[in-house]
Amino acid sequence: MSRDLSAILARHQHDPLRLVQILRDVVEEHGFISPGTITTLAERLSLPRGRVEGVAGFYAFFPTENAGRYRVLFSDNITDRMAGSVELRQRMLEAFQVRDGEVSRDGLVSIGTTSCTGLCDQGPAMLVNGRAIPRLTRARIGSISAMIHGQAPLDTWPANLFDIHTHIERKDLLLSTPLAAGAAIDAAIARGPDATVAQVKASNLRGRGGAGFTTGVKWEMCRAAPGEAHYVVCNADEGEPGTFKDRVLLSDYADLVFEGMTVAAFAVGAKRGFLYLRAEYPFLLAPLEATLAERRKAGLLGKSIRGVADFDFDIEIHVGAGAYVCGEESALIESLEGKRGIPRNRPPYPVTSGYLQQPTVVNNVETLAKAAFVVMHGADWLRVRGTGRSAGTKVLSVSGDVARPGIYELPFGATVREVLDLCGATDVQAVQVGGPSGMLLSRSEQHRRIMFEDVPSAGAFMVFDDSRDILQVLENFASFFAHESCGFCTPCRVGTALQRRMLSALAKGYGTRRDLKDLARVAKVMKASSHCGLGATAGNAALDALEKFKPAFEKRLGTLEVMPTFDLDRSLAPAREVTGRDDDEAHLSHEEEE
Amino acid sequence: MASEKKKLRVATTSLAGCFGCHMSLLDIDERLLELLKLVEFDRSPLTDIKHCGPCDLGIIEGGLCNAENVHVLREFRKSCKVLVAMGACAVNGGLPAQRNHLDIRDCLQTVYMTGTGIRRGFIPNDPELPLPLDRVHPLHDVVKIDYFLPGCPPPADAIWHFLNDLLAGRTPTLGHGLIHYD
Amino acid sequence: MAGAEKPMFAMDGNDVPFEPGQTILQAALAAGRYVPHLCFHPEFKPHGSCKLCTVKINGRTVASCTTLAKQGDEVESETPEIQDLRRNLVQFLFVEGNHFCPSCEKSGSCMLQAVAYDLGVMAEHFSPFFPSRPIDASHPDVLLDFNRCILCELCIRASAEVDGKNVFALSGRGAKKHLIVNAESGRLADTRLAVEDKAMDVCPVGVILRKRRGFQVPIGERKYDQHPIREVAVGKATARHASGKPSPQGPSKEGA
Ligand SMILES: Cc1cc2nc3c(=O)[nH]c(=O)nc-3n(C[C@H](O)[C@H](O)[C@H](O)COP(=O)(O)O)c2cc1C
Ligand code: SF4
Ligand code: SF4
Ligand code: SF4
Ligand code: FES
Ligand code: FES
Repeated sequence: MSRDLSAILARHQHDPLRLVQILRDVVEEHGFISPGTITTLAERLSLPRGRVEGVAGFYAFFPTENAGRYRVLFSDNITDRMAGSVELRQRMLEAFQVRDGEVSRDGLVSIGTTSCTGLCDQGPAMLVNGRAIPRLTRARIGSISAMIHGQAPLDTWPANLFDIHTHIERKDLLLSTPLAAGAAIDAAIARGPDATVAQVKASNLRGRGGAGFTTGVKWEMCRAAPGEAHYVVCNADEGEPGTFKDRVLLSDYADLVFEGMTVAAFAVGAKRGFLYLRAEYPFLLAPLEATLAERRKAGLLGKSIRGVADFDFDIEIHVGAGAYVCGEESALIESLEGKRGIPRNRPPYPVTSGYLQQPTVVNNVETLAKAAFVVMHGADWLRVRGTGRSAGTKVLSVSGDVARPGIYELPFGATVREVLDLCGATDVQAVQVGGPSGMLLSRSEQHRRIMFEDVPSAGAFMVFDDSRDILQVLENFASFFAHESCGFCTPCRVGTALQRRMLSALAKGYGTRRDLKDLARVAKVMKASSHCGLGATAGNAALDALEKFKPAFEKRLGTLEVMPTFDLDRSLAPAREVTGRDDDEAHLSHEEEE
Repeated sequence: MASEKKKLRVATTSLAGCFGCHMSLLDIDERLLELLKLVEFDRSPLTDIKHCGPCDLGIIEGGLCNAENVHVLREFRKSCKVLVAMGACAVNGGLPAQRNHLDIRDCLQTVYMTGTGIRRGFIPNDPELPLPLDRVHPLHDVVKIDYFLPGCPPPADAIWHFLNDLLAGRTPTLGHGLIHYD
Repeated sequence: MAGAEKPMFAMDGNDVPFEPGQTILQAALAAGRYVPHLCFHPEFKPHGSCKLCTVKINGRTVASCTTLAKQGDEVESETPEIQDLRRNLVQFLFVEGNHFCPSCEKSGSCMLQAVAYDLGVMAEHFSPFFPSRPIDASHPDVLLDFNRCILCELCIRASAEVDGKNVFALSGRGAKKHLIVNAESGRLADTRLAVEDKAMDVCPVGVILRKRRGFQVPIGERKYDQHPIREVAVGKATARHASGKPSPQGPSKEGA
């Protein structure tokens, strides 16, 4: 045991900054991280043991107890559920006689759920020991179960099980412009760093990761910030449920993304770059590493890129471990430094004090891809599309009740109706734009436009038709936030847990008018006082729904203003069990008997 | 000014509490006489009335630890216009809720079967005995509570101040020295 | 000092002078104006996690303990809106743990309780979580009762920065986040904690307790029994008896 730990540690140069990567390898090899392993790692890395235990305990994909030889996690986005994941999971639980989230007695398998794995256009999906399997059907579940029963090593499972498809349904500027690797870098070198920054500024390119900050300004601030070293980080954490456009950009346009990172590095004077890849996309790792190797060979990475004397830059891929909050740029940096992914206090912002407190640019995958073309073709390349404050196009990830789920690139300013028509949606009840943290739009809002000025979106576009229950959608979102809250600040840590409980009660028909009031109240507390965007947006969907879908709540309410917050009769069950009683007095009705 | 007013009908009860709050209520001493000018008691440990009639105010001590507590609470909610949770136990479960991390099955087994000095024990199963809930709950987990009066028990002065506010039609407030959770 | 006027911001209509580099909370406390807070401790770097110190500046809500004071800021603190928000946050902290004040050794000297009194919180309002959190009594001199931990990280910071021992840390996340100690056994006895440590004296609530000290000061005569926290926190506490005066913002709407 401690011999393979030595190998893992050696592979990572005993570098505490690589703790998350080290723990990933431990899980890969041992299946979980035992208390003894934590102690050994702490000693060998000269870290306090509590630090290592804290990091191990933070990330969803780091089991600290034996979780079985096969660890099955069903993607639990609402779109997976709509495609039947709950029934499939139930089947599998029954097949192995195991309870949700627990390990079978023989230590063979555990079956649980995980947040959206970004395969919403080909769900339901699951992860088995970290490897993604899309398009689950009863047949697929049947053969997976058989292979687990037969203890077939994962490497021997049919390869097509793991195939991830790319569905690009509409291309515009970004997805249809060809790239000759190195062309954007050459353009940047020809122009020089200051002019490169100026050009990105002039294009009015804004961040595609959510906040919409002007990219050129970010680069300019980072370039100007004093520091021992500058860094460029590509944010490929893509954790927002319903979003998968960065996955497609990285699978089909990887050169372009790396080109963008390299241009950014040239512009701000960075020597090192990181691509922070979400753990749910392990299938991208080898192809991305291969692309990086090619680029090194072609002299597009490494020392004196394109013969420019001090233009040295290389890119490392860091893989996450199941934490949506690590998409938040300062939490991402903490994670890159081998820590718990807790958002930092800002200011200072990453542009002045990021990775190792040095000036750091963090940009979304799509932002960097677009920046490469802006540098190559000029500011107008972007500005021919879009609106005044939203230049260019947006790549949307469309899923849910649509005929053609997949990637749609549209000019900013496109209406919701245009998107719905393109993807073949009928009987639309609601659209969630931007994922659970975004905006819930009703049928009557199809004229609204995808752009920073109206309905901003980091890329998700989930469609719900009339057959869907909005409360189940909300409950799913609420569970997501409760599961992903980092727990740092009071409003989000407690608020997301309260929100989940209330929405679950409301969805089951136990809710009351008091819950409706409290739901709005909790959402407002989170919005007003949360430390980061996760908590600040965690109540958005519920607030939108309370306004736009009020009858959906009202038709489930009990008649009383307050009903029990717990199942009264079930709370007598343990005592019934040990006393053997089942008389009338041994039961309680949920609603008051008249 | 209040002289013409009809007396308010008040009911009180102790659920999973220790009667400490009722003792504190009695501790308002001579002010009790003043109070009795304003109120008359319905069901209460202070009277012998067994079931609650229509009341203006219900004051409940103690949380919910068994089925019987739930029935009484519901009777109070139905009969009383305004319900007050009095004391820590009613407000948040209080000391009895400290059993909440234990499995009630184990508790019953320990008490009646395996505890020291017990031979051939058995767990009573008489339908007359109220069955315990798996966890102790505060009152507002089951019915609407209109006002909360914290303290274990609330000091007599706090009760007096609180009832005075309430009877005078003011939303009760407790300032420093009166608001206490212990 | 001619010409060197101190910069000022306004808090609820009162001028508050500050030194450049001071946060709003620090300047307010120094000027004798109380702002509720829990995870802030004057000897440590502001943390910004409890959010009790939230104020509104020019329409935006921020944590005052991590926000630098700026000349001319209009800061709202004790407005009904912000006080309501703080009440909810206090209620959040109560429901997520197990706070049975009557049996808590810290009662009367507990900041959470004292802040709740100051805000006029009459009840937890939400349904309590009743988490199951074991007690650690393994250490000969110290008892750890995790039921009351509000995750302010002061003990973690004190043990790391002052004692140099890293006795405490955090694990888990979200509502499952919890305090851990630096030992494979998970027992406090197997850490280097000593009663003289700074970490022993920073817990605002009743988690880290010295053994055999129970109830040395009787209930009713403790720190915040004597003086309300808004006086203690700004060093204004003078001998005074319980006044029975309601707190400035009246009762909790939520609790009513
Ligand atoms: C909870 C949370 C999750 C986020 N997740 C992502 C993400 O997965 N990808 C991303 O690019 N930005 C994400 N962001 C936004 C980043 O903090 C940051 O604004 C962005 O990476 C900046 O890049 P851009 O300017 O190119 O958009 C997230 C923000 C929050 C608050
Ligand atoms: S808002 Fe949520 S995710 Fe963000 S810091 Fe607070 S607890 Fe963590
Ligand atoms: S820590 Fe404070 S609030 Fe919690 S039980 Fe103890 S005295 Fe009460
Ligand atoms: S034990 Fe006390 S000091 Fe430490 S985190 Fe918990 S509440 Fe804060
Ligand atoms: S019975 Fe009054 S506080 Fe417990
Ligand atoms: S005191 Fe400011 S957040 Fe805790």
